[in-house]
Amino acid sequence: MASFGKEFTTEMERIERFYPNKQAMLLPALHAAQAERGWISDSTMQDIADYLSIPKTRVKEVATFYHMFHLKPVGKYNLQFCNNIACWLRGSEELIHHAEKKCGIQMGETTPDGNFTISEVECLGSCGTAPVCQINDDYHENFDVQALDKVLGEMK
Amino acid sequence: MHQEIVFSKYYGQSGVEGLDYYKKNDAGYLALTKSIDMGNEKVLAEVKDSGLRGRGGAGFPCGTKWGFIPKNSEKAKYLVINADESEPGTFKDRAIMTYTPHMMIEGAIIAARTIDAHMIYVYIRGEYVKEAEILEQAIAEAYKAGYLGNNVAGTGYKLDMTVHRGAGAYICGEETALLNSIEGKRGEPRIKPPFFPAAIGLYGCPTVVNNVETLAAIPSIINRGAAWFKEFGPEKNYGMKLFCISGHVNRPGLYERPMGYPLMKLINEDCGGIWRGRKLKAAFPGGSSSPVLTAEECNINLDFDSLAKAGSMLGSAGIMVIDDATCMLRVAIRTAHFYQVESCGQCTPCREGSMWLKDLHLRLERGDGQLGDLALIEDICNNMDGTTICAFGEATAWPLRSMVKKFRAEYERHVTEKRCPFGSRAH
Repeated sequence: MASFGKEFTTEMERIERFYPNKQAMLLPALHAAQAERGWISDSTMQDIADYLSIPKTRVKEVATFYHMFHLKPVGKYNLQFCNNIACWLRGSEELIHHAEKKCGIQMGETTPDGNFTISEVECLGSCGTAPVCQINDDYHENFDVQALDKVLGEMK
Repeated sequence: MHQEIVFSKYYGQSGVEGLDYYKKNDAGYLALTKSIDMGNEKVLAEVKDSGLRGRGGAGFPCGTKWGFIPKNSEKAKYLVINADESEPGTFKDRAIMTYTPHMMIEGAIIAARTIDAHMIYVYIRGEYVKEAEILEQAIAEAYKAGYLGNNVAGTGYKLDMTVHRGAGAYICGEETALLNSIEGKRGEPRIKPPFFPAAIGLYGCPTVVNNVETLAAIPSIINRGAAWFKEFGPEKNYGMKLFCISGHVNRPGLYERPMGYPLMKLINEDCGGIWRGRKLKAAFPGGSSSPVLTAEECNINLDFDSLAKAGSMLGSAGIMVIDDATCMLRVAIRTAHFYQVESCGQCTPCREGSMWLKDLHLRLERGDGQLGDLALIEDICNNMDGTTICAFGEATAWPLRSMVKKFRAEYERHVTEKRCPFGSRAH
């Protein structure tokens, strides 16, 4: 068992008063744990369960439900392409193929050096500025092949 | 057509999201003071009289919803703001939270006081990281100014507010799934009844769930009155409204227009028409869950009742425009794929139906389909309609059924020609 760092515990202490029970703090805890460790491993689930004094199965059933919790490590740069209707109408498929070719990996994979992951996400709420790619937390709107090449070059 | 800009004055500008800016330029928090002077009953009456209908998708009257909260309950009461905004084609709440977060917060404080709630949760989708940060900052400002905390605006009323981040699940926009998600559970919708969480909601307590845009409309209604609000839009569909328009138009984006605004005017005049000199083929008027309209059917006014009468819906006002170079089957594949990925899996018709709908469309698109597949698609849709715990079943069935019905000839050509008539072009 490993304990969480100060940012995790500070965040949990800050929000505790807003929730009537520990189970309700599970999503915030998963977010904070992922921010610290990059992904949610089996042992991280146990650590969260211990911290909140809830069964590990509760943590696992929730962590596996939500797409944003990574159950395996992701690259340093996670290229999350929206390929939903509005982005698709504006050429997201072409962008995805370009990224796959450039990185030498397929959708859902991570480069061997651990630098890039390419993933497909559903509508990001950026349809008026489609297509969009969310790289880690940042939205890249009105995205095109030139802009993609540029950020890939900067992110080596 | 009478109109006025209420929400979108500052969209695209920077440095407009702070409390000082809101107070200086938008009569910020004067509505809260006025609502305290009016008292809860008059506030509720004013909101009811305005006819404000929920901007999240269902269009349920806001005041009626507030009125469902039992007055004599000993239990804690909650206000939950649905900022999940996951309906494909929708990006209006994001703009409200980015540029005018205090408009929503002030509306929420007024709403919470009216229903006697002492806790407000903003359930924001996990992907909106920047927007959540802006909201946290704005909430901190509201605490500091005394609009939140142990003594709201000097009244002695205690009210807390926090941001609760989702984690990538379309289904959490469904209000009972959303409540489960706040409780730290899987985002699976709850069995109805109760149809409203007014009696049994968050933590089993009376709860109101309101959309971001609905609450952002409250300060102007309180400041200027129900009669002013009713100057905009046709009967029973009042107010100014944010329309999200995307896809194959020259100028996609967010347009604030009165309810009942003509769709073709929005496409041709505001958005500069269809891109690349092409023609309009179809449009989703209210997110991917709304049955598609053919080009002829797009001669329609954008309000709840006009679209319902035409067999579609205004939904979240996420308008996605499709040009005539696009294969409808490929649009259907994207749609079915989305619902397959996002189905929570509780109900068999939805979990299995969405998967088979995608597979059937893929087979047709490849040129391997049979004419009988068209009837099979309709059959699957019919079996999903009304057979699931939440409206997700209909959200999948309605648009897909509308496509096979309205673009039948195009579907049939895929079978008879054994290929996609649009060729290998992306769309």
